[in-house]
Formats: sequence, structure tokens, C-alpha cells
Amino acid sequence: MIEVKNLHKGFGEVKVLKGISATFLAGETSLIIGESGSGKTVFIKSLIGLHTPEEGTISFDGRINTKFSEKEKQQWRQEIGMVFQGSALFDSQTVEENVMFPLKMFTKQTQEEMLERVNFVLKRVNLENSNKKLPAELSGGMQKRVAIARAIVMNPKYLFCDEPNSGLDPRTAIVIDNLIQEITDEYNITTVINTHDMNSVMEIGEKIIFLKDGRKAWEGSSNDIFKTDNEAVVNFVYSSNLFKKVRDAYLNEKK
Amino acid sequence: MNYLEHTGKYFMMLGRVFKKPQRTKVFYEAFLKEIEDLGLKSLGIIMFISFFIGGVIALQTALNLENPFIPKSLIGFAAKRSIILEFAPTFCSIILAGKVGSYITSSIGTMRVTEQIDALEVMGINALNHLVLPKVLATVFFYPFLISLGMFLGILGGWVSGVLSGLFSGADYIEGIQTDFDPFLLSYAIIKTLVFAFIIATVPSYHGYFVKGGSIAVGRASTQAVVWTTILIVIANYFLTQMLLT
Repeated sequence: MIEVKNLHKGFGEVKVLKGISATFLAGETSLIIGESGSGKTVFIKSLIGLHTPEEGTISFDGRINTKFSEKEKQQWRQEIGMVFQGSALFDSQTVEENVMFPLKMFTKQTQEEMLERVNFVLKRVNLENSNKKLPAELSGGMQKRVAIARAIVMNPKYLFCDEPNSGLDPRTAIVIDNLIQEITDEYNITTVINTHDMNSVMEIGEKIIFLKDGRKAWEGSSNDIFKTDNEAVVNFVYSSNLFKKVRDAYLNEKK
Repeated sequence: MNYLEHTGKYFMMLGRVFKKPQRTKVFYEAFLKEIEDLGLKSLGIIMFISFFIGGVIALQTALNLENPFIPKSLIGFAAKRSIILEFAPTFCSIILAGKVGSYITSSIGTMRVTEQIDALEVMGINALNHLVLPKVLATVFFYPFLISLGMFLGILGGWVSGVLSGLFSGADYIEGIQTDFDPFLLSYAIIKTLVFAFIIATVPSYHGYFVKGGSIAVGRASTQAVVWTTILIVIANYFLTQMLLT
């Protein structure tokens, strides 16, 4: 479980996060949504320790990350898997080398053991027979799968994804969403996803947090989002005609 | 940001670079790869330029020595000293600053803007140590060989140019090379090369690591890195010459 209390973060004069509190449970897929510039990326980067909070605490199963010793921090880092918006695969390494990299750095497994684990996770993300390809030879969806494979290869307790669907076609986006949710359920991972893809919200949003101007403006599930009368959420989620119609249909059905 | 701030940030970066590698085997693999990327792949250009510049130095010296009382062996002597003292260590290092420096900045800068460095840090890896230390050790280890090869080929180029042009004989040239040979000249050249190699690896790494923005920022950082590396090599050359030869 990840518990965020009163998180503040800014850059110089610009205050990006203004007192966010939230709880993310193990085995649950939580989505952070909000307009561009609402603080989603800064929030997720604060969770993974790339930004240090100015105020507030982030605790991982009761351990506050800013109070870690170097050794504890190192240990905690290995409990984290992160899927970056642009996949962030190492260009000069093949798919196999990318996924094997954390194992080489942090385990004492033999080459055969590492290869077995790499093949297992690549199979898990439905990406077999691409071991020797370079990231540049893969499609966007395949790169995302490699990034997910690399993020889960160390069996993380916490998985973070920054806009995992950006740049993907709707069909591939749903495949990636479902994959993340399956992995979350399967390994009981605490998963936090940044997105502004409404399909993701409807598909996998067990818990949704809506950020506006650096503050938590709303929290609920994908079902609650149909019923909410929070003006900011309604304006953001139902800005497209398609989702407006879906919502109307849902509410009519409930009447 | 002012120069003082950059200097402080550069030395703080070095503090993080010179840490014990987290995994020796991974470091060793990276070191060998850097030897190939930063050293072996520069062999061709250094060999080509050294040979022809050596030839030009010998020809220019020959053409400017018209007095019949000056022995022809002086051409070999002058070419040897110019090549060992300045051309090979300094001129070749400036060429390497352009070729290797821009490569280092653009590769690390691209890793920065595509979040690959963030990915390393999230994994708990000291990205500076992982990316920069192999480059520093590879250049410091390999460039003395590269520059020594440059010296040899420069002197050889001088001999070939003399023989082909007929301006001086090969025997006179070799006599000049053997005259008054001081082994300290080689030590001086190697010491300079080690310092320049360190600058070539670290200054472009600094520019790449701290780049902010996108591809244009990476391009701009590469240009700045080459300019600053060249400036620092020239300044270091002046002080090293004063310290070692006066």
C-alpha cells in the first residue's frame, strides 16, 4: 500500500502539487487523470523518488521514502517498476538486454537463469521471438510491452506507468491496459497509472483520482465517474460527444 | 547560470562519477564498449590526419630552410619535435574533442530527454557512474596509444613526403629524428594526452547529462560541449607546457 499525505512540490515560484493526499492499495489499479499541466507527471515522479517533496510524506507499506537510508533506498528502488511515457528503453541494447539489465545489476543469477526469467516475462507480455531486436525495430505497442516486461522482471511490489497508452491506436491501448491490470491482479502489485485516455478509465479504473491545478479534485471508481456531478470531472471526462452519449445511456439505464 | 555555478556543478558531477561501480561485470562490459566507440572508431581519422599533417610539417620546414649551411637533417629534427610536442597530443585531441565530444553529449543528452537516465535512476543505478566512468577510463586508457600511433604516422608521413618530393633524403630525415632525442618529450606528450582525454570524456558528459528540453537542446549542447572542450584543452595545454617544459 502507498499512502500519500499532504504532498507539495514546486519548481521555483511555480507550485505544481498543492497538498495531495491519496491511498493506493495492493492488487488495485489506480488511475491518475487530469488535464495536461495538472501535475500528474510531477505526482508520479514524486512517488518514484525522482522529485523530492517540499512538504508531506509518501509511505510504502508504512516506510516513508524520504527517511530511507542509502541501503534502504536501494532496496526500495528494486521494489519499484516504472513504465515511462516514451518507454525509455535503452537504444543500444536489444529487447533481451533491456529486460535482463535489472537482473544483471541487482541479482547474482547465472546467464541461463536470467535468460529463463527474461523469456518468461517476455512471454507474459505476449512478446516472443523479438529477443534480438533493437527498440528502433519495434512498433510503439511492442516497445510498451518491452517496457512493461523490464518493469516487472524484478517482481516489483509497486508498478507505476506514465501514460502507457500515449501514441498507441485504441486497440493496442486496450491490450496494454488489460495487460497491466492482469499483471496487477496476478502478482498483487500496487499499480498507479497516469493517463488522460478515457478508454483506460472505463476499462481498468478500479480507483480514479482526478487532479486539477495540482489538487485532488475528485476520487472514485469507473462506475462513480458516470454518476458524479463534479463539474471539473464532467467537463474533463465528457468533453467528447462519444463519452457524453455513453454517460447518458448509462444514466438512462439506471433510471 | 554563471561560470562559477557550472564549475561547481561539474565538480559535483565528478564526485558522483568516481564511485565504485555497482556491478563489476557490467562496468567491464561498458568499458570495453567505450574503448570501441571512443577509441577504436577514431583510429581511422587519427591515422589519416596524422600521416598527412606530418607530411605537410616536413614539407613546410624543408621549403623554409633555404640556407645551404643549415643541414637537411634539421628538417627531421624539427618535424619530430613539432609532431611529438604539439601536433600529436594537442591537435589530435582537438580533433577528438569534435568527433568524440559531440558523440558523448548527444548520446547522453538523448538518454536524458528520452527518460532513459530517469529509468536508470528509478532502478537505483547511479547513472553518472554507470554512463560516464567507463568513458573516462576508456579515453584515459586508450588515447595514449592513439596519440602514440599519431606520432609515429606523423613522422612517417614526413619521411614519405620528403622521399616523394625529393626536397630531402630519407637518410637526412632519419638522422634528424635520431639527433638529440630526449625521452622526456614522450612523457610530456603522454601526460598532456591523459589530461586532454579526461577533459574530452567529462566535459561533453556534463553537457549531455544536464541538458533540458528536446532534440534542439541536445544539438545545442553538443555544439557547446565541443566549444568548451576545445577551450579547456587549449588552456590546459598552455599551463601544462609551462609547468612541464619551463
